[in-house]
Amino acid sequence: MSNYDTIVIGAGHNGLICAAYLAKKGQRVLVLEAAPAAGGLAMTREFHPGFKASVAHSLNQFSGKIAADLNLKAHGFDSSGQAMPTVALDPDGKHISISDDALQGAGEDDAASYVKYRKAMKTFARALEPFWAKTMPGVGNNSLGELMTFGQLGLRLRMMGKEDMLEFLRVATLPMRDLMDEYFSDKRLQAALSWDGLVGAKLAPRSPNSAVFGLLYRMIGEHQGMHSIPASGISGLVNALQGAATAAGAEVRFDAPVKRVVVDADENGLRASGVELVGGETVTASRVVSSADPQTTFLKLVGARHLEIEFANRIQRLRCEGYVAKLHLALKGAPNIPGLSDANARMIIADQPDALEFAFDDAKYGGYSQNPVMEVLLPSLTDSSLAPAGQHVLSANIMYVPANLKGGWTDEARADLSRRVMDTLEAHIPGLADLVVHAELLTPADLESQFRVTGGHWHHTEFAVDQMLMMRPTYEAGQYATPLPGLYLCGAGSHPGGGLMGGPGHNAAHEILK
Amino acid sequence: MTNEPAMSADPFQGERPRHTHFHERQAALNVREAWSAWNGFRFADYYYDPEYEYFCIRNFCGTYDICPMQKYYISGPDAAAMLDRMVTRDIKKLNVNRVTYCVWCTDEGRIVDDGTIFRISEDTYMLTCGSPSVSWLRKSAIGFDDVTITDMTDEIAGLSLQGPTSYSTLKAMGLEGLETLKPFGIMRFPFNGVELMVSRTGFTGDLGYELWIDPSQALAMWDALYAAGKDFGIHPYGETATDMARLEAGFIMPDMELSESLKTIHFEHDQSPFELNLGWLVDFKKPHFNGRRALLEERERGPKWTLVKLDIPGNKVAEGAIMYDTEDCDNEIGYVTSAMWSPSVKANIALAMIKTPALKGDIWAEIYYQKELRYYRKMALCEVKDKPFWMPARTRQTPPEVYS
Repeated sequence: MSNYDTIVIGAGHNGLICAAYLAKKGQRVLVLEAAPAAGGLAMTREFHPGFKASVAHSLNQFSGKIAADLNLKAHGFDSSGQAMPTVALDPDGKHISISDDALQGAGEDDAASYVKYRKAMKTFARALEPFWAKTMPGVGNNSLGELMTFGQLGLRLRMMGKEDMLEFLRVATLPMRDLMDEYFSDKRLQAALSWDGLVGAKLAPRSPNSAVFGLLYRMIGEHQGMHSIPASGISGLVNALQGAATAAGAEVRFDAPVKRVVVDADENGLRASGVELVGGETVTASRVVSSADPQTTFLKLVGARHLEIEFANRIQRLRCEGYVAKLHLALKGAPNIPGLSDANARMIIADQPDALEFAFDDAKYGGYSQNPVMEVLLPSLTDSSLAPAGQHVLSANIMYVPANLKGGWTDEARADLSRRVMDTLEAHIPGLADLVVHAELLTPADLESQFRVTGGHWHHTEFAVDQMLMMRPTYEAGQYATPLPGLYLCGAGSHPGGGLMGGPGHNAAHEILK
Repeated sequence: MTNEPAMSADPFQGERPRHTHFHERQAALNVREAWSAWNGFRFADYYYDPEYEYFCIRNFCGTYDICPMQKYYISGPDAAAMLDRMVTRDIKKLNVNRVTYCVWCTDEGRIVDDGTIFRISEDTYMLTCGSPSVSWLRKSAIGFDDVTITDMTDEIAGLSLQGPTSYSTLKAMGLEGLETLKPFGIMRFPFNGVELMVSRTGFTGDLGYELWIDPSQALAMWDALYAAGKDFGIHPYGETATDMARLEAGFIMPDMELSESLKTIHFEHDQSPFELNLGWLVDFKKPHFNGRRALLEERERGPKWTLVKLDIPGNKVAEGAIMYDTEDCDNEIGYVTSAMWSPSVKANIALAMIKTPALKGDIWAEIYYQKELRYYRKMALCEVKDKPFWMPARTRQTPPEVYS
């Protein structure tokens, strides 16, 4: 008799969500987490005495359905945070502030275009919304239910009306730059609005593929793509998820890294029957659900020898190189940003789309830009628990920093990148350097080693048309079940994808309970 | 100017078929200059006369150049596990100095290629197959840390010696102890300071051996073999005679019965082991091998096609014939893949792919044949044969019969 019905590998948000749904249905669930606390890339941790931060620093798409299903409010998660404006930061103080429905600081034409742009994007995002919380049908012999999902997608696109549908099909795989050029003339605005289509991906403004899909995927939250920090902070969400899971009866063990998935072999074939921990302990279960990334799950924990050859090769060639570095600064006071009345904003530093493009070009060839582009937040303005009174935390996502730096991430390379990032920040926030008590730079390589995610990739594997929907992470594993009986996926490498959204955990639980 | 090729340089260098280790001797004997190519090597269709060479295989002995066949060493502590996961047979059962015939499949259970695996030492296996396979082998090795794949095609000279007098020839060459070598066994003999590996294997359904030696001694071995075989009718044979002999034995031929899955474009125009009547190679007792899931499903529902051996009345060869369920050609049920008049069996034989459900009814071949450029058509009611057309007792007899 197995110890558990289900073992979930990883107590990131998707692992906890999956565990909570399963436990609610009466399953005996064990969540095994390698780290000393829950949250994965959303774990709030002290990076300097008294100063805390989490790699994922804001919410823009967390599923309202999951919050309601798991009654996260009762567990301390208050999603009613105000949406922050996105600000295209200008060193001369001529910022453009972008809110849900209006622009401030931009020209009249751009302001008028923005209304149309948001309307169109919201229409498209709404049409796609139901599919992020649904298992995508496999390709091949489909059940009636799967065919209905296909039909529903077609119908929803058609329901937009002919004009909108054609427009959606036209822009869906458009490079972000083309979309921006069609709507806006201000370069700084173009760069800031491009950000959400590109961040976390190996895509530049001029790259075709999935930027618009990425943008629409990020628009499914309650603020339709605008970011917020809940009053209880990111830690409030993680704590609530852990609370919901344990309240439902799931057991969560920390400091319990999994060494391998135990695979039973007999004349009936192979079957995942549990896990072996690094410490040597073996825990058995009817099924194992992994929220680790697909390469970690299949190649490290299961082992390619237990998979079929072509499948293992598809997993091996998944594109998993992270392109976002993270900077955390402990500040002894509040920074002053000239021309910005409220620093509680998501500030984008990229003066034009070409700044993104050229930074990407550097990364493409294994380097990083002289002029890093970034997204900057001061999360302690909302969540006062992150820093001692009167002091603050600056959190920045720095884009186009490759995991595989040519020459490797030496101390010199890290110091050089830090210097460039600090110089760029100082140019936009004069006096910032004098406030810095401590700086922590996490390259994608650091994210990989500290958070056990291949390539330090936010989305576990690239969110791109060849790796999304029923192809995520690859066919035969796109419906959460895998070719190895007893093994399921529930992490960001599964449909719908990464970000603090919860779809993979939710959908995987739904498949398991089917 | 230094980059300019010299005037004498061959502008097609690298494009021309390469010469095998036995080419020098074979070229001298290729009276008809009947060359084609296999895997980039110059390769004889026949040397003198295909029928004569066929009769050498069946009545004396002949040599067939297997240098162009691909040879890979798969070695290391994980070699057995890697091969066992790749092929459908249980490789763990293969003892040292034994050989086994295998197929390996895609994830969908369609045949990538067939070939033989030689266990040449505890941790070293030699895989031989018709087509270059290094890419598939490398893909198959992912997840096996302790395995090395080495392409040995150029490093080993291989020569097949087939026919009833093959044993006597090798004995005359001085291979002491060969009488104990059983089918699919391997023995080693010293030869000119190198090792001559002999396996009792072949592709003719007859008594026969395959000789494997360091290329430096290839011609010396040839000369010794031909000196020993002079009175045993030894003669080189090419592709045409091979094709005749293997068809009588009921063996499948790439590009005839088998369309390698990785090279097949149209859906299911490749084959599964069950479709080629090779279900006996699929060992479901093994917990895991590539294609197992798909093959299990196929076994449950039955293969769509089945390769059958046919005895066809008359003497009109059914090459390219389309098969029907009635003499009036009501429903198409399959097609002939290989056909010949078998001189040894004295029968009009063929291999054909038939839609499995149609095997319950009659199988009619629509045969087109020619008489002095004029085409004729006839319908022939075929008989399905379960046994190979030709498989004499001498093939397996140990020790083999001695001729003198």
